Amino acid sequence: MSERKNKEVLSGVHFWQGDTACAEGAIAAGCRFFAGYPITPASEIAEHMAKRLPEVGGIYVQMEDEIASISAVIGASWGGLKSMTATSGPGFSLMQENIGYACMTETPCVIVDVQRAGPSTGQATKAAQGDIMQARWGTHGDHEVIVLSPNSPQEMFDLTVKAFNLSEIYRVPVIILSDEIVGHMWEKVRVPSPEEIEVYNRRKPSHIGEPIFGGVGEVGVPPMPRIGDGFNLLITGSTHNEYGYRKTVDPEVHRRLVTRIVNKIRENADKIIDVETQNIEDADIGVISYGCTSRSVYDAVILAEKEGITVGHVRLRTIWPFPEKVVKEVAERVDFILVPEMNLGQLVYEVERVVGCEARVKAISKIGGGEMITPEEILSEMRKLLGR
Amino acid sequence: MANKHFALKFLREETLPTAFCPGCGNGIVMNCFLKAVEELGFHDLSGFAFVSGIGCAAWCVSPYFKADSLHTTHGRPIAFASGLKLARPELNVVVISGDGDIAGIGGNHLIHAARRNMDLLVICINNFNYGMTGGQVGPTTLHGVITTTTPYGNPEYPFDLARLVESAGANFVARWTTVHVRQLINSIKKALKKEGFRFIEVVSQCPTSFGRRIGKRTGRDLMKWFKERSIHISKARDVQEVEDVIIVGEFVDRDRPGFVRKIHEIIFKVREENV
Repeated sequence: MSERKNKEVLSGVHFWQGDTACAEGAIAAGCRFFAGYPITPASEIAEHMAKRLPEVGGIYVQMEDEIASISAVIGASWGGLKSMTATSGPGFSLMQENIGYACMTETPCVIVDVQRAGPSTGQATKAAQGDIMQARWGTHGDHEVIVLSPNSPQEMFDLTVKAFNLSEIYRVPVIILSDEIVGHMWEKVRVPSPEEIEVYNRRKPSHIGEPIFGGVGEVGVPPMPRIGDGFNLLITGSTHNEYGYRKTVDPEVHRRLVTRIVNKIRENADKIIDVETQNIEDADIGVISYGCTSRSVYDAVILAEKEGITVGHVRLRTIWPFPEKVVKEVAERVDFILVPEMNLGQLVYEVERVVGCEARVKAISKIGGGEMITPEEILSEMRKLLGR
Repeated sequence: MANKHFALKFLREETLPTAFCPGCGNGIVMNCFLKAVEELGFHDLSGFAFVSGIGCAAWCVSPYFKADSLHTTHGRPIAFASGLKLARPELNVVVISGDGDIAGIGGNHLIHAARRNMDLLVICINNFNYGMTGGQVGPTTLHGVITTTTPYGNPEYPFDLARLVESAGANFVARWTTVHVRQLINSIKKALKKEGFRFIEVVSQCPTSFGRRIGKRTGRDLMKWFKERSIHISKARDVQEVEDVIIVGEFVDRDRPGFVRKIHEIIFKVREENV
């Protein structure tokens, strides 16, 4: 496509599918390394990156499996490149050990999970939202990651840019938890001019010898050099002190390290969390939604309005860290909160935990065949709860 | 001033002595690698990056080498190293890890990196067992041998790693034992100067977890055994029972372009066409 002329940011209005928008968002954010393995419904991201990355001087490599893909991504990130991989449930499961390595070594990287129906091979071409808890707790041990949930091709672009920025700022893996519907949905995508796109880059150490795994207080993010710049880096997934030396039996070093890599996300949750709200100040009923399901909620809000029901809708762009405050706020004002999701109940338990006795929380679950929860199904549940 | 050992300038002295067991072969491999580097004229390891996995052999580089090291997850160092090399092609990226790590859990990465001709030097220290975890059977354990998880003898057969990697497409493959110090140094020197995938298997002794269960309780016993069993590849053509011998030497030395060069040719071509 000669009209692209090796451009890094394809400013303008496009008709794209979500997977394409995600790949373009990555390139606009400065991603110059992609390692992946084909899997439905995420393969289009790899295919687009394979075509586009060489145009901007970036590296695309197809690895032998998803374990190798995430490994290469982490290696390239320590080589100084913003790096990404994209997969779906089965591949995401394979990546979990090294997502933990990225948490422990504080390696910025972006992992896209275009969710499909599991468990196991499940229904490879059909949408689902069954990886909510895997994204949070998939790797072993105490850790925090950031998980974003786009609901349109536009957000596949916007939130991918954001994912890279958060990853660079907090030195943490960021997961874009998309789904088959959003990944394969074609819609208008507006790509801003390069000047309009905010791009953050990792903070580099000011001098050789500056600690890069600590020494920044209890919630701080240390600077990160590249391999090959004379720092004599010791990078390890074993418990290490602030200079990278393995300390595998010292209780204090372990507590300090793991507490900080958890708290640097928890304590900054307010800065990280991003939600969209409708009518939450004056609602008859609450709905907490995310991803493709939120598209049905938009319609349900309109249908309910016609029947005189005001729906307070919180749509989570950030799933983890969980937006506790806004969910609590809604719970204080309504008697019922609905949580529609294409699984048999995952995020609903987090909502219940946060809401406590403030309101009654009810799941709307649907799985199989990639069938979305319809606006009518949500509306019918609202009528039942409100006795109308 | 007392004469310092040549290798100390390449090591983090504050981390010495190493944590390796008495008689372990890892020190010999470290010594040979650093000797090769010294003989090639390097004064420090700044042009190198080292990647290792999990296991005793992975500790050679982390923390002892005064260099950048990426101590990764079990079995994955070659995959991490591939990403690093693609990001920093100017660095000499070297993987040093054990047979369980590289040929067991990480075997898939080994053959695919060889097939891809990824620009890495991989040194696999083969001690025939999982030493760090106490001497369990591994992908290189000889048939019939007793280990902690083959108490009645190993029913499986070992990989011939050098031949495996040669047939997968590597540019350079050699196998030596810790007895063949001079030959090993020369092969490392040769490999460091080449592009593409280079693989050196070093048969090494683990008296603590392996040797003592087969009646060879010291490093010396095992090294003597290696010496008696070794046969150079030039004299090994008629050897049928590879189980009984260790074929040493350079198995392949070819010059196909490495992956880094091929991918940069593609990038150059794409960018030229699009301008």
